[in-house]
Amino acid sequence: MRIPSWLAQHVAALRALLVFTVLLGIAYPLVFVGVAKIPGISDQSGDLTLIGQSFTDADGNPVTKYFQSRPSAGGYDPTATGASNLGPESVVDTLSDDPEEASQSLLTQVCARSLAIGKLEGVDGSRPFCTADGVGAVLAVFHRDGFTGPITRVVAVNQTDVPFVTTYQGVTVEPATNGEDYQALGGVITPIRGDAPADPVVPADAVTASGSGLDPQISPAYAELQAPRIARERGISLDRVHELIEQNTDGRALGFMGEPAVNVLKLNLALDGS
Amino acid sequence: MAGWIFVLSLVAAIVAVYRPFGDYMYRVVTGTRHNAVERTVYKAVGVDPQAGQTWGVYARSVLAFSAVSLLFLYLFLRVQDKLWLSLGLPAVTDHIAWNTAVSFVTNTNWQAYSGESTMGHFVQMAGLTVQNFVSASVGIAVAVALMRGFAAKKKTLLGNFWVDLTRITLRILLPICVLATLIFMVAGVVQNLSGGTDVTTLTGAAQHVTGGPVASQEAIKELGTNGGGFYNANSAHPFENPTTWTNWLQIFLILLIPFSLPRVFGRMVGQNRQGYAIAAVMAILAIGSIALTVAFENHGGGTVPQAVGSAMEGKETRYGVTGSAVFAAATTLTSTGAVNSFHDSYTALGGMMPMVNMMLGEVAPGGTGSGLYGMLILAVITVFVAGLMVGRTPEYLGKKIGAREMKLASLYFLVTPILVLAGTAVAFATGNNTTALNLGPHGLSEVLYAFTSAANNNGSAFAGITVNTGWWDTALGLAMLLGRFLPLILVLALAGSLAKQQPVPESEGTLPTHQPLFVGMVAGVTVVLVALTFLPALALGPLAEGLS
Repeated sequence: MRIPSWLAQHVAALRALLVFTVLLGIAYPLVFVGVAKIPGISDQSGDLTLIGQSFTDADGNPVTKYFQSRPSAGGYDPTATGASNLGPESVVDTLSDDPEEASQSLLTQVCARSLAIGKLEGVDGSRPFCTADGVGAVLAVFHRDGFTGPITRVVAVNQTDVPFVTTYQGVTVEPATNGEDYQALGGVITPIRGDAPADPVVPADAVTASGSGLDPQISPAYAELQAPRIARERGISLDRVHELIEQNTDGRALGFMGEPAVNVLKLNLALDGS
Repeated sequence: MAGWIFVLSLVAAIVAVYRPFGDYMYRVVTGTRHNAVERTVYKAVGVDPQAGQTWGVYARSVLAFSAVSLLFLYLFLRVQDKLWLSLGLPAVTDHIAWNTAVSFVTNTNWQAYSGESTMGHFVQMAGLTVQNFVSASVGIAVAVALMRGFAAKKKTLLGNFWVDLTRITLRILLPICVLATLIFMVAGVVQNLSGGTDVTTLTGAAQHVTGGPVASQEAIKELGTNGGGFYNANSAHPFENPTTWTNWLQIFLILLIPFSLPRVFGRMVGQNRQGYAIAAVMAILAIGSIALTVAFENHGGGTVPQAVGSAMEGKETRYGVTGSAVFAAATTLTSTGAVNSFHDSYTALGGMMPMVNMMLGEVAPGGTGSGLYGMLILAVITVFVAGLMVGRTPEYLGKKIGAREMKLASLYFLVTPILVLAGTAVAFATGNNTTALNLGPHGLSEVLYAFTSAANNNGSAFAGITVNTGWWDTALGLAMLLGRFLPLILVLALAGSLAKQQPVPESEGTLPTHQPLFVGMVAGVTVVLVALTFLPALALGPLAEGLS
């Protein structure tokens, strides 16, 4: 008996799939697992200095004798990689009495990190759109007719005690109340630039989380910022620290690919070893 | 400056391989001598390599193979806890298994799961990697069938799907992957079966560093324009993409096949200049898009990028803004969807570009095969529009573009916009948009991006949105399935219809389809069609966010 052609086609499909599964799904990867065991080809458990670490104590405070890595959305946990995924206009915090409910906008995260790093390194941690107390400088501006008309009310949405400005266009700025969504109430969200320099002292990579959550590297500028603290904490010369930074910096491949970057783990290992 | 050299070096590399690699692929898909391995495969499959197929049989073979693959992968994921190397991970839940099976069979590689906490090594290898190969081959095979349709003179047969599948996989994809895997391994991409290594950090904390057969999957992930990362962080992960030069290589692999297929087309229809014309349209759109993405990201508009001083959120130090933006453009100009940085945190306009790239229909240069057949459909539409302008019967490469051909081409074009816009609308109407992480216009962008990515079989995401719910997995699964196979059937029908025609000789009224005028027209028609379709949706999302 001849099997119907539609069935024959599916049988052929199944056979093809099985053949390819053996060939591409089993033989191909396993051959390379074998090749990887040839000395010099590949590190068996991976090059561990490729995976970033956080150099903080059990409470999350920086261990000052170490260079610090970038912020990580996953806390440098290789079993939970990824990014914050917060957008460029993530500027309003969710304020709540319940810490489970509360969440920081990306802007406030950036401001808080900048302030903390400024303190740690003894430099100016201010940034555009950030308040002096390290949150996003953002107002909800209420107009009489929605988007137009005279301003009736202004709220500093990320601050519950003292607003970063006292008045906005003649209207007194009030602090925010926990649990209130001022955008839903009709407030126009207005970030305030402030007068911080456009090129802040604390570098960009120091205040932003990477895509992987495992970024092993920091920019040479961020390493440079940390160098005096490391020299002081370890009682070694600044020149020696610079030398080690230099040794652990990967330049652009072929001079034009990517950006120069300093491997923090290698650098800290070198410091411990010297 | 270094950033622009980075882009130019990629352009130069693609230009350099266009002819030799395109010619090689042409010989693979037209060759009639089969080696011993191939003959063994044909025997195992039970197929006669000499037997040609009509478009209907070809289509049914593609569908049968994809249906069996889908079912197989679904079952595989559902029982992974009972299999070798599952690393103690549980069976994949039903809706994530459905979504993932559709995703990998359709060459989308949308990932509703996090690789390191969901998939064991065996499923990654024998399930996902296999589909990375064969789904890419299916795309190329269908594109080749369409080329044969253009080249044929009063024929009904378009070749044999099983032969195409085998030869493309074994002669094009596998050899390049072997080479790329080796290079990646030397660069630091891991390739082991380890469940991971427990490490004590310098400050005494515990860290579990993951392992896996990553390099072998990484190679086909890029070459086959698949994009599904072994780990959640995809090509941002140091074990997937450790250096600045592996980043270059990954972008090159992504672009290699899609940009070289026009050469195969030119060879097939016997006029290389026709291939150059199609490649030129792709290049114009691609370079324009890459330049805009890089410019927007480096400009760093928006509150947070200005506070930071640079759009570095979600980007790795080693790639920087430009190395990330070029990857983002390449991955969405093709159907890849791998990411080395997280698009959700891009500037509003920089993040719009990946969406626009996908909305172009992923034709510049598009996915493996799907990019070329998408572009040829646009060329057919352009010929028709031009024919209307001068009042002549439109023809392309000697084939009359009549009512039947135009119906097929128009239906092809309509499928993805309907899926994208209707899907987005339904998500909002049913309240499922609330799983978006961000608020306001950016929340709409996350939903729009998800459906654009699924319907165009891309797989990248504005990843803040939570999509592992039953509704999202089902809806996006359907979008991926329909977005892949409806256009694919229409393309094969068009191929069948073209193959039957006796080519008409060129006359004075024939529009030359190899000259700059035509190249400009196809690029123009593409941009106009996409702008008309998607501008309102973009105005509510990224444009509202970026221009306010």
